[in-house]
Amino acid sequence: MKQNRRLNLEDALVLYLDEDLLSLGTMADQMKEQLHPDNTVTYIVDRNINYTNICSSGCRFCAFFRSDGHPEGYVISHEVLGDKIRETLDLGGTQILLQGGMHPELGLAYFEDLLGFIKEKHPIHVHGFSPPEIHFLSRKEKRPVKEVLARLKSAGLGSIPGGGAEILVDRVRKKVSPNKCLTDDWLAVMETAHGLGLRTTATMMFGHVETLEERLEHLFRVRDLQDRTAGFTAFIPWTFQPDNTRLRIADKATSAEYLRLLAVSRLVLDNIPNIQASWVTQGPKIGQVALKFGANDLGSTMIEENVVAAAGVSFMLSREDMIQIIETAGYRARQRDTFYNHV
Amino acid sequence: MDTVFSDSTLNSIREKVEQGVRLDFEDGVALYRSPDFLGVGRLAHLVRTRKFGSDAFFVRNQHINYTNVCLNRCLFCGFSRDAGEENAFTFDLQDAEDQLRSRLHESIREIHIVGGLNPSLPFSYYLDLLEMVRRIRPEAAIKAFTAVEIDWFSRATGLSIEAVIDQLKEAGLAMMPGGGAEILSARVHRKLYPRKIGPDRWLEVIRKVHGFGLPTNATMLYGHVESLEERVQHLLKLRTLQDETNGFTAFIPLAFHPENTRLSHIRPAGGLEDLKTVAVARLMLDNIPHIKAYWVMITPGLAQVALSFGADDLDGTIVEEKITHMAGARTPKGLSMEEISHLIRSAGFHPTERDAFYNAV
Repeated sequence: MKQNRRLNLEDALVLYLDEDLLSLGTMADQMKEQLHPDNTVTYIVDRNINYTNICSSGCRFCAFFRSDGHPEGYVISHEVLGDKIRETLDLGGTQILLQGGMHPELGLAYFEDLLGFIKEKHPIHVHGFSPPEIHFLSRKEKRPVKEVLARLKSAGLGSIPGGGAEILVDRVRKKVSPNKCLTDDWLAVMETAHGLGLRTTATMMFGHVETLEERLEHLFRVRDLQDRTAGFTAFIPWTFQPDNTRLRIADKATSAEYLRLLAVSRLVLDNIPNIQASWVTQGPKIGQVALKFGANDLGSTMIEENVVAAAGVSFMLSREDMIQIIETAGYRARQRDTFYNHV
Repeated sequence: MDTVFSDSTLNSIREKVEQGVRLDFEDGVALYRSPDFLGVGRLAHLVRTRKFGSDAFFVRNQHINYTNVCLNRCLFCGFSRDAGEENAFTFDLQDAEDQLRSRLHESIREIHIVGGLNPSLPFSYYLDLLEMVRRIRPEAAIKAFTAVEIDWFSRATGLSIEAVIDQLKEAGLAMMPGGGAEILSARVHRKLYPRKIGPDRWLEVIRKVHGFGLPTNATMLYGHVESLEERVQHLLKLRTLQDETNGFTAFIPLAFHPENTRLSHIRPAGGLEDLKTVAVARLMLDNIPHIKAYWVMITPGLAQVALSFGADDLDGTIVEEKITHMAGARTPKGLSMEEISHLIRSAGFHPTERDAFYNAV
C-alpha cells in the first residue's frame, strides 16, 4: 500500500492479522478521506419491505423465513404495500428495499405486476430483488437471467441490493445455504445487471463457518467483478446474528473483528466508492466508531426491518439519532439517494 | 510509533508521553478536542501497552444492590426510589444470602455491594451483611460501599468516618468501589446531585479510606451537563489525590444512561465519546494503575474495542446488575467467563483473570 500498489490477498491477510486495530483503522480512515474529502457522512431514508417470508431456500443462518404452508407465512397485499410506501414517502424516504423469500409460486408476472403497481402510484425508487431471488426466478421461469432482469427493469426496478452474497466461496455456501445460488451465479447476476445499467451493492455476512481467508477471498471476488463493470455503488459487511437460527456457532463475530474487517474492506476495495457501516447488527455505538474505520455511509434509517430483528437484534434509530451520530463524530450528515447523490 | 498525527497538537503530547512527562490541563482538553480520534487512541494504547503488554483483565464477580431506596434522588439516577414507591426494594439479610447462594456453584472472587441511602437500615445491617458474605463466600474479596454511603453511615450513627471504616473493615470490607464521584465539580454538584456529598467531601472521605489502607476505585459519570474542561479537572483532582495516597486501583468512566431518569431529554454519549473518555483517562491518570471499560454501560462490543483505546480491564461476569439496567440499559445482565475471554482474545489481547486487587489468578 505504501508503494501505491494494489493489495493482494496475501497483503490483506498480513494487514488483518498483524496490524494493531487502530493502525489499521488509521490506514482505512486515510483512504476514506482521500475518496471522500468533503467531511460528509451520508445516510438514506428508506424502508425494508419483505414481500413474502415464504422461502424454499431454508438457509441455516436465517430466522426470518417460513416454509410454504406455514401459518405465519405471508405474501404482501397491494394495500399493505401501498400504505408502507406512502408512510415512507411521508417520512422523506426516497427508496424501498424490496426483498423476499424465494416463494415457489411467485413468477415473473407477479413481480412485473408488483413493480407496475408501485411505479404507477408512488414516486419512489425500488431497490429490489437480490441475486438469489433473480437466479431463482430465472430457473423457475426457464428464462435467462438477462431477460428476467431486463423485464424487471422495464417494469420499474431501479437497482439491486447486494444481499444473499453471504460468503462468496462455494464451500461455505454449500454449508450454510445449500439451496441458494453459488458464487459464480451470484456474480453472474450482478455482472448481467451491471451490463443492463442496473447499479447494485455488494454485501458480506461473516462470522459463521467461514475462515479468515474465505472472508478475504470474498473481497477479491467482488473487486475483480468491479474492475470489469464498475457497477457496485457500495460494499456492506455485517456479522451473522445467530439467535433463532439453526446455525450453531461457537462464538459470534465481535465488534473488534467487525472493525478490522471493515477497515480491510476499505483498503482492498479500492474500486468501490462507498463502504457502509452496519448499525443494525453492531448497534449505534460501534456504528459510529465504524465511521473512523473506513465507512463513509451510515446506511438506512430502517423505518422497517424484519430480517435481523427476527434473529434477536433490535436496535432502533430515528433519523435525528442518525444525524446526531454522524455530527458528533465530526462530520456533516447528508441524506442521499440510492446512487449516493445528496438529496 | 512512526506515523505523524493528522492533528499536529498530538505530536507534542506524544513527545511528553514517550518521555514519561506528565500531561497538564491544556493537554487533557486538547486530547478531548482533537479531531484525530484514532491518534488519541493510539497514544493511549502506547501507554497501556507499556504498562500491561497485551494482558486484559477480568474478574469473576457478583453484584449485590441491597436497596434502591435513597434519600439523594440524584437527577441522573434511574435506580433510586422513595420508600414505599413502586419498584422500591430493600433486601433483608436472607435475600442477600439467597442471591449469593444461587451462584455458590461458581467460583467468584469479588463481591461488589452498593446501594441507596436508606434511613430504615441501621448501621448493624451493613456489618451483618459483610459478615454474612464473608461466611458464605470466604474466598471472595468484598468490595463495598461508595464514599457516599460511608459518609451517610457516619452521619446516621454519629460515628467518625474513621470509626465507621474501622468497624466495616473488621466485618470484612476489603476494598471500596469508586462510585458517587459523578463529576467532581461544585457547579455540576449543585445542578444534578445537590443532596449527595459534593466533590470536596467525596475526596476527603476517600483520603481517609486510603489512609486506613483500604484501596478504592474511582469513577466519573460523564455525558450529561458537564463540560470537557470539567471532565479534565475531575481527572486531575483524582490524580492529585492519588499522588498523596496511592490508594486508587482502577479508574472507571461511567457513561450516563438518560433513559428512565429526569434527564431523559439528553442524548446518550456516542461510541466515539466513550472511547475518547477511556483514552484521555489513560493518558492523564499516569499514577492510577488500571482503566476499566465497563461493558454494562457501554455495551460489550464497545468495551472490547476500548481495550485498544487504553483500557486494560473489562470488569467482570457480574450477573444481575440493577443500577444501569433500571436506567434502561439493554446490555446483558451478565456475561459468562467464556464470553469475556472470547471478547478479549478476538480483540488480540490475552485474557487474564484477576482478583479484586488485580492480582492475576
